[in-house]
Amino acid sequence: MEFLNALVTLANFVLIPGITYGSQLALGALGVTLIYGILRFSNFAHGDTMAFGTMSVILFTWLFQSWGISLGPLPTALLAIPFGIAVTALLVLGTDRVVYRFYRAQKAKPIIFVMVSIGVMFIYNGVTRFILGADEQRFADGERFIIRAREFKEMTGLDEGLTLKTTQGLTVITAVIVVALLFWFLNNTRTGKSMRAYSDNEDLALLSGINPEHVVRVTWLIVSALIVVAGTLYGLDKTYKPFTYFQLLLPIFAAAIVGGLGSPLGAIAGGFVVAFSEVGITYAWKKVLGYVMPESLEPGGLVQLLATDYKFAVSFMILVIVLLFKPTGLFKGKSV
Amino acid sequence: MKKLLLASTATLLTATAALAEEAKVGVILGFTGPLESITPIMADGAELALSEANASGTFLDGVTLTPVRGDSTCIDAAAATAAAERLVTTDGVVAIMGADCSGVTGAVLSNVAVPNGIPMISPSATSPALSAAEDNGLFFRTAPSDARQGEVLAEILNEKGITDVAVTYTNNDYGKGLADSFEAAFTANGGTVTLSAPHEDGKADYSAEIGALASAGGDVLAVFGYTDQGGKGIIQASIDTGAFDTYVMGDGMYGDQLLADLGADMEGSFGTVPWSEGEGTDIFNKLATDAGINPDSSYTRESYDAAALIALAMMAGGEASSKAVADNVLNVANAPGEPILPGELGKAFEIIANGGEIDYVGATGVELIGPGEAAGSYRHFTVEGSKYETVEFK
Repeated sequence: MEFLNALVTLANFVLIPGITYGSQLALGALGVTLIYGILRFSNFAHGDTMAFGTMSVILFTWLFQSWGISLGPLPTALLAIPFGIAVTALLVLGTDRVVYRFYRAQKAKPIIFVMVSIGVMFIYNGVTRFILGADEQRFADGERFIIRAREFKEMTGLDEGLTLKTTQGLTVITAVIVVALLFWFLNNTRTGKSMRAYSDNEDLALLSGINPEHVVRVTWLIVSALIVVAGTLYGLDKTYKPFTYFQLLLPIFAAAIVGGLGSPLGAIAGGFVVAFSEVGITYAWKKVLGYVMPESLEPGGLVQLLATDYKFAVSFMILVIVLLFKPTGLFKGKSV
Repeated sequence: MKKLLLASTATLLTATAALAEEAKVGVILGFTGPLESITPIMADGAELALSEANASGTFLDGVTLTPVRGDSTCIDAAAATAAAERLVTTDGVVAIMGADCSGVTGAVLSNVAVPNGIPMISPSATSPALSAAEDNGLFFRTAPSDARQGEVLAEILNEKGITDVAVTYTNNDYGKGLADSFEAAFTANGGTVTLSAPHEDGKADYSAEIGALASAGGDVLAVFGYTDQGGKGIIQASIDTGAFDTYVMGDGMYGDQLLADLGADMEGSFGTVPWSEGEGTDIFNKLATDAGINPDSSYTRESYDAAALIALAMMAGGEASSKAVADNVLNVANAPGEPILPGELGKAFEIIANGGEIDYVGATGVELIGPGEAAGSYRHFTVEGSKYETVEFK
């Protein structure tokens, strides 16, 4: 009983939030890693593209809601995601044509691309604020919970409750589907293979007749799909505020670098490493340990390694450690 | 030539007289930021009092009081100081109704009001620290200090027989002040605070904060934050994880939007908000409703009273100057004298003009104690059917 209570508490406050947050980071990190692998620069506009994409999903959600369309227990936003992806794809393809293509033609150094992407970041940021404002927006509807703490307690007779939000379930399922589709695409289609070839060795790929502009276009399309899905899931699960998406940039980059930049599998692993480190290090383990330990050893303090205020510092720490000891990341990506 | 000179001097005189007939009063509130949903109503409340003074026709031989709004942002001390500086130096305000949040109020007081000798009456800054601030007798407030609110909340918990409480507060002067005074009063009554943890406003996700609070345990969770900001996020995260069922809320958490969004899951939660009842309140409710202002919004009454006190103090000092306000606020606010209710500013001006004394009661039963702060009464509310229901007044 004691052990079960400990397990439920752990699941409620560490495992479920960690898996959900990890999936959201993994989707974001996949986008970063694809751009790094194929376009060869760190895209700092990633967070704000996410904010823009989620904004377009929110606008479509509101439109559908005003038409009375809903998905019953599921959030209407799921229906709006394809439209959001279309708008975001138009934006990033337009940006690529107007901005990045110019520098690509000049064979500019990666650091110049990074600086350019910071400029793009500020523009996207301004556009989002101009259209929707900087405030928090609520767009989640449908059933909020799959299991509520109170129901769980009544069902099992345990002292501790477990909650599972619809958005948490959705996040994990959607992430699995999206990642499976992406890997299938990269491994089995002609375009996917040409993308991997282009990433491995640009000159060789060009010699074998791969059209670089086509590869770049497809990459942006995939990235905008990943970004909009990740942003919408994060917004549904937590809250939507443009500024918090900018802040997500750090954990997303940490995830991509931990996994190894350019390695899709690494991005997923990195997402979960960062998420569980953040949640685990800032969690107060008192309750869990209290259930598991014998009474004489029960902790008096909170057993919290780091105050929750320093959550973002965890991403920094991971980044520094990885860059010092294993610059290519867990899955042998490109060194930064 | 002589006639022309005389005529121009006369015009000049009338011109200066006309200029002197306007006195500006700064209304510095957080029109952007965490309190932006209630500040416009507060400003309307203050301006209602000023226009009532103007309409009476008996105010200082026809001086007109003009409100000038400034944005305190509630959280950014530098922006609030700049806004107040502009009102004082460019617009030439003689007194300030504001600011709203405790942190920016302290900043405006020490950086602008004290150096320039401008009196301030804040309708909503409640930090106990402001009682001890170096103010040269320029700072007053119509909202009671949180030292009192902490005691009232502890008393309510004591009556309910709740002994273990987890506390989280917004990480600023207001939150810290209220959390400290609550903890002191609650532990003095024999209660235990399992954890008192700050939270930052404006984050997307508060599940980590709730994880720590839930781990520390407690019968209820006390939230001393803002209704549009982290306070709401904390309650949301707690509902999402089922960590706590009942919430104790400070005045910053009182807002209709909170219950519209989360009310169904907050059944039985309770808290306090500065409130008042009685004849003055009823009259103010009617006055405000007639003017299209929601009288039940937080601190609307205190804002009206703050602005009314500025006008009355000017009248008592015989001139629309900063010195008149600073010297006379305590006299007009407290007994002895004829009690003055909202809507009776004209009558009060006449009494003062005839050499009489007044005791301003206003919408909140104003009674200034100590270094010029309200004694204050609180409404103990509880959440029932997604609505605030009054339990009692303390």
